[in-house]
Amino acid sequence: MPLSETDKRPMSTFTSKDRPMKKLINQVPNNSLKIVLGVLPFAFLIILYMVASDARLEINPSDKLLPSFSKISDGLSRMALEPSKRSGEYLFWQDTASSLTRLGIGVSIAAAIGLVIGLISGAVPLFAAWLSPLLTVVSLIPPLALLPILFIVFGLGELSKVVLIAIGMTPFIGRDIQRRTQEIPTEQLVKAQTLGANTSQIIVRVLLPQILPKLIDAVRLSLGAGWLFLIAAEAVASTDGLGYRIFLVRRYMAMDVILPYVAWITLLAFLIDIALRELNRTFFPWHEQGAK
Amino acid sequence: MTLEAIQSVADTPIIKINNVWKQYGDTVVLERLNISVKKGEFVTLVGTSGCGKSTFLNMLLGTVQPSKGEIFLNGKMIPEEPNSDRGIVFQQYSVFPHMTVLENVMATKGFEQSGLTGYLFGARRKNAKQQATQILDQVGLVDALNKHPHELSGGMKQRLAIAQALLGRPRILLLDEPFGALDPGIRADMHELVLKLWRELKLTVFMVTHDLKEGFYLGTRLWVFDKIRHDRAAPNRYGAGITYDLAAGQVNRSTYQKLDDELRPVQESYA
Repeated sequence: MPLSETDKRPMSTFTSKDRPMKKLINQVPNNSLKIVLGVLPFAFLIILYMVASDARLEINPSDKLLPSFSKISDGLSRMALEPSKRSGEYLFWQDTASSLTRLGIGVSIAAAIGLVIGLISGAVPLFAAWLSPLLTVVSLIPPLALLPILFIVFGLGELSKVVLIAIGMTPFIGRDIQRRTQEIPTEQLVKAQTLGANTSQIIVRVLLPQILPKLIDAVRLSLGAGWLFLIAAEAVASTDGLGYRIFLVRRYMAMDVILPYVAWITLLAFLIDIALRELNRTFFPWHEQGAK
Repeated sequence: MTLEAIQSVADTPIIKINNVWKQYGDTVVLERLNISVKKGEFVTLVGTSGCGKSTFLNMLLGTVQPSKGEIFLNGKMIPEEPNSDRGIVFQQYSVFPHMTVLENVMATKGFEQSGLTGYLFGARRKNAKQQATQILDQVGLVDALNKHPHELSGGMKQRLAIAQALLGRPRILLLDEPFGALDPGIRADMHELVLKLWRELKLTVFMVTHDLKEGFYLGTRLWVFDKIRHDRAAPNRYGAGITYDLAAGQVNRSTYQKLDDELRPVQESYA
């Protein structure tokens, strides 16, 4: 067989460029490329918005649909830095505090009930037989369909909003914790029994500590739904809150307020998620290494 | 107590197996087991995979119940769930990943007392800490007291699991292929450790292994699990029994070779 062109070349002339290209699934970006790739879509969206906003404002300077960034920052500072003419409160911060309080209470209740139900039904088969069917059925009820009932039963105050968040998140957290509890290797339960442990000691010392980081994971996963229930409840009946505000100013097409509010909610959700992840890393360093 | 009475207590086997069968549906796993074990014996259980040796160990442990027959521990029917009479070391998942090495062993002391949580306080805690440190010293883990299991090597994890089980002072210690996942060098170290502890603490040990050499080296008694009766038309009709009950040190080369060939048959197609 005759030698091809490449075979005739002296070895020293080969460079890394002559190496065959790796398959796409084996190409891993380095750190700087990773950052560039990650920022790119954000930059693209911002530029797209600016171009579209400019184009609309060119035709109609009083257009409200896509306000310019200076309009948005005016709207934000009006809400956040100036007291309201009617109540004298800084509405942006007032709304944030109200919403976070509702979300915090609702999520805490859901986490506490979900933990107890999930842990006990995951650990004790008799409880699982008793509670699992109920938990499954309750989790299938669309929580928002219950909102009118909650308003009728608990009134239009804080309670019904908190209960909606709790009802919406509890079945998810409860079922997730039940599954996680059952995933803990049986060997550990048998081992504890051979050391003399009784049922409650096994639940408190062996299962509970291993489930707490999973509880934080479950809360992280279900917080998106929590925000949904919060904003929906605030939109329907409230006098303050982030969801209340965006639905209120919608009547005046105040996009200069709605857009920064949506960005703020997103930022809050992001920060809460990061905080919970760090909480897990700090307090349960053994968690991510897996149970072996 | 009369001399005869003392003699009869000493002669009471710690484990007595009385015509035990185990079957799942139509599949007979173990059949017609009749055997007893005296205090201080080190029994190793070998056999091909699926021969029922692990099922047998689980029956001693209490996680599997015999379909027929009885098992007696110290002359009493063995409880149908795991308890502190029987210590266990599994191949893995034997230690608590959320506790440090010291806490893992101290937990044994906490679980010994009744109560809702098994947490120890005050003098009891101090006492438990001292006992735990002592046994961890015996298994060679005293330098890793505050580490979590994920920071330990496979061999160290098994040392920890053994320390944990021993502090509970079980009547019998069950080992379910405890060194199967370890490197050969580490395994030799573990053999020395187990033999040392067995001698010092006068333990009664049952150990499942798939390694015949390990079985002969460690045990004072080696049981081979295999089918005695065969039905070619219905392979699940008969279960395994104990085909050999050999005292260590009384085995000649040809018996060893015969057993080795039975347990690890050379496949026709490869030979």
